[in-house]
Amino acid sequence: MTSPSSNQPLLSVRDLRITFRQRERSLEAVRGVSFDLHAGRTLAIVGESGSGKSVTSLSLTRLLPPPPACRITGSALFDGRDLFKLSPAELRRVRGRDISYVFQEPATSLNPVFTVGSQIAEAVRLHLPEIKDVRAHVVAALDRVGIVDAANRYGAYPHELSGGMQQRVMIAMALACRPRVLVADEPTTALDVTIQRQILDLLRELRASSGLSVILITHNFGIVHNFADDVAVMYRGEIVEQGPCAEVLRNPQHPYTKALIACIPRLGDKRRRLTTIDHAAIARAGA
Amino acid sequence: MTTSATTPLVEISGLKVHYPLRGGLLRRVTGQVRAVDDVSLSIARGQTVGLVGESGSGKTTLGRALVKLAPITAGVIRYEGRDITALHGRSFLPWRKRMQMIFQDPFNSLNPRMTIASVLAEPLELHFPAMSKADRRERCASLLKRVGLDPDHLGRYPHQFSGGQRQRIGIARALAVEPEFIICDEAVSALDVSVQAQIVNLLQDLQEELGLTYLFIAHDLAVVEHISDQVVVMNRGKVVETATPEELYRAPKDPYTQRLLAAIPEPPPLAS
Amino acid sequence: MSNLLREVCRRPLGIASLVTLVALYLGALLAGFIAVRPVNQQDLEHTYHPPTRITWHDGGLAVQVYRVVDRSGPAYEPVPGEYRRLHLFAPGFDYKLLGLLPLQRHLLQPADTDTVFYPLGSDSTGRCVFSRLVYGSRVSLTIGLIGITITMALGLLVGGLSGYFGGKIDFFAMRGVEFLMAVPSLYLLLALRSVLAPRFSSDQMFIVIVIILSLIGWAGAARVLRGMSLSIRRTQFVLAAECMGQGPLGILRLHILPNLASYLLVAATLSIPGYILGEAALSFLGLGIAEPASSWGLMLSQAQNIKIFMLNFWWLLTPGLAIFVTVIAFNLLGDVLRDVVDPRMKTQ
Ligand SMILES: Nc1ncnc2c1ncn2[C@@H]1O[C@H](COP(=O)(O)OP(=O)(O)OP(=O)(O)O)[C@@H](O)[C@H]1O
Ligand SMILES: Nc1ncnc2c1ncn2[C@@H]1O[C@H](COP(=O)(O)OP(=O)(O)OP(=O)(O)O)[C@@H](O)[C@H]1O
Ligand SMILES: [Mg+2]
Ligand SMILES: [Mg+2]
Repeated sequence: MTSPSSNQPLLSVRDLRITFRQRERSLEAVRGVSFDLHAGRTLAIVGESGSGKSVTSLSLTRLLPPPPACRITGSALFDGRDLFKLSPAELRRVRGRDISYVFQEPATSLNPVFTVGSQIAEAVRLHLPEIKDVRAHVVAALDRVGIVDAANRYGAYPHELSGGMQQRVMIAMALACRPRVLVADEPTTALDVTIQRQILDLLRELRASSGLSVILITHNFGIVHNFADDVAVMYRGEIVEQGPCAEVLRNPQHPYTKALIACIPRLGDKRRRLTTIDHAAIARAGA
Repeated sequence: MTTSATTPLVEISGLKVHYPLRGGLLRRVTGQVRAVDDVSLSIARGQTVGLVGESGSGKTTLGRALVKLAPITAGVIRYEGRDITALHGRSFLPWRKRMQMIFQDPFNSLNPRMTIASVLAEPLELHFPAMSKADRRERCASLLKRVGLDPDHLGRYPHQFSGGQRQRIGIARALAVEPEFIICDEAVSALDVSVQAQIVNLLQDLQEELGLTYLFIAHDLAVVEHISDQVVVMNRGKVVETATPEELYRAPKDPYTQRLLAAIPEPPPLAS
Repeated sequence: MSNLLREVCRRPLGIASLVTLVALYLGALLAGFIAVRPVNQQDLEHTYHPPTRITWHDGGLAVQVYRVVDRSGPAYEPVPGEYRRLHLFAPGFDYKLLGLLPLQRHLLQPADTDTVFYPLGSDSTGRCVFSRLVYGSRVSLTIGLIGITITMALGLLVGGLSGYFGGKIDFFAMRGVEFLMAVPSLYLLLALRSVLAPRFSSDQMFIVIVIILSLIGWAGAARVLRGMSLSIRRTQFVLAAECMGQGPLGILRLHILPNLASYLLVAATLSIPGYILGEAALSFLGLGIAEPASSWGLMLSQAQNIKIFMLNFWWLLTPGLAIFVTVIAFNLLGDVLRDVVDPRMKTQ
């Protein structure tokens, strides 16, 4: 494990609350979440589907609907500045340049009427104007995420690529701009394990060579176990447990974390039915 | 041909799907992507065939070709022994009720302008036109409950759901017309392990109750091992290995399968 | 839809532009009721009369009386202390409300028929500028609506279908569209207008101009709509619908059209000003609406007179102000709508 160069976290989120309002009803999707991300480290966020992992990550650069529909409170200190207090122009500079995203939805984040190569090239021109041969840079980026025959796929439209290839294009686009923080929301769900390993190796290399920090949202405990430094477990809008990966996974404290680890499907498991979570039991144990 | 116990439900032979690869300013055809290249496969009634393989190896395309959503270049598809390769439009409609597909990308597979109620009602309107409005609503609510969602959410729009919740709506939509053959294209990839287990259990229960048949495309090899009676491994458009899960994991023959199994990240040990 | 309205009303700019537009269109609809004189009633005794001041006098609304100081100017000045009574909902000239209901009541009428009452002054033949403005708004405001309806309907039909079916249909439709886009529209317009001019009455000319304007405009809309329908065609929800057995018509109606609707709405709102300005420009050049009908462009063209600037007859430029306000209101509303329906913010 790499140890943080200083004790000052790169990103420090405190008491984050996100409330969605529709008509008269309101839904508090995230309820008082706090976590730190250190330079060169990886924080994995795991947890229930719908527990607020994606909205937490999107809120950092305000990629959620504007205020009346969605309210964000709390603070997110990045490099000493509160991200929630930035002006729209400052925020645009942070997005992509400092913090870049691999969204959970690859297909909807790519524009269907432009080729994938031109979309990455546009992002590169915007954020790295010093690069001369943009095309070569883009092809290299596609190559690094394991797209076979990258030079020919430069001109492909998103719908001509498989789900996993679209996902890799998103990763290539996020990394092509050399961000300091990568927020990857389930970046490998559509990838087979060999490509998945290739992507994780690439991230490892960037982490070591340029101090890239990663927030990794995933449902795959194998990845958390082998790749992340810290882990935060979300359940119903709260972080119920967080800490160094090795500790939390080996010795989970919260009943939800325990139940979740028990649900992981394992090779060679001969049981007829997979274990699921009894939420009532967790509520009882938590009370 | 008559349907006997030995006729497979779905039989594919020599299936090819080739897409033109275009390049240059005029987007002239410069080559071909052999998405599916000479695949033969048979799926018995009541069985689950797991389909794994490299990303981009043609799994989705194969599934889509079965329900006529991808252009078939060559080959024959038989359903209950009947050649359905050439059927189109109206003549294929009866089969559409029997075969359904769950789509890979939960964010893109629900119309953002439709409420969940109308998403689920659409297949019912098409295949059960006689059903009354109240019955239809009832049915939609029970479908949502089946996949572990709150029936109160029927009036919501897709963007108000998380990825895993949308995936479950997609599953409910496929179940709506009571099909007998379901192509699950990474149907559980976007779900947390607990909901994934819940859905896999649900699919298995339905299989027992109604004798459903699945083509189960996934990347999580543990889940594939759990649910499948037969596993098919694809690489670059071709089937490289077919075996029962036990055999496959014990003694993989093809080098690609070996690499695949070696790359599985080890999950954390079970606590206590 | 009601959701959209609520969102628009929540923004100050949205509500302001909406209220302005509703007021303008209500004015056009109820033109007869609001106008104070018949649209073409001349009064050569009172040409270039300045706007008459309306005040509160003796417990009622009243209008200031003016007298002529210089016939050649002409110049007028108010007679101090002399007022004439005005009545709300008083009878006046005959008109048909909404073109159907014969009525005589007006919003504001002088008690005596010989009272000089020009809320926005009079023009070179003593016609009431205010009344002409109100009647003229009918032409200027509807031309945008009709034009955009034709444009969008054609664009949707051609663009939507060629995007959906692709292949040969798409190829030929798009080449046709490109051909249309390459035609220099202004010259075509001028040519067509001069050829057609003798054949049509002024009312018919209105229709002809709308049709010419929208026939040129639809090609652009068709291209955009084709692109959008093409990309929606490839989404998985359309595949899913196809997979469940939905036919092309069902897919177009249930899946493609609703997803184009917000674009259509925004684009329509933003391009209406183009038609309003187009009509104004044509009428200004003498190629559009002609006397005795009234439109804002026509009124402006009649204000092209050095005398008006020299003698500061500013009220004759109010049609320009009306065009300006309408165009700004539509543009602001379009911007607000775009913010509201921005799909990025919706999906994330
Ligand atoms: N725009 C929105 N309007 C209303 N509710 C929303 C909106 N976006 C998300 N939600 C709700 O917020 C909650 C958290 O959603 P989020 O997308 O963060 O879940 P998640 O943890 O990423 O789940 P998954 O693993 O399934 O992607 C969900 O219950 C969802 O229904
Ligand atoms: N409409 C299309 N036009 C051109 N090429 C296509 C089209 N659809 C798919 N392809 C190509 O076919 C190949 C197989 O794609 P497919 O989606 O079947 O892969 P997959 O096995 O499902 O991969 P993943 O696991 O990443 O989803 C890819 O190389 C893809 O680029
Ligand atoms: Mg999510
Ligand atoms: Mg796929």
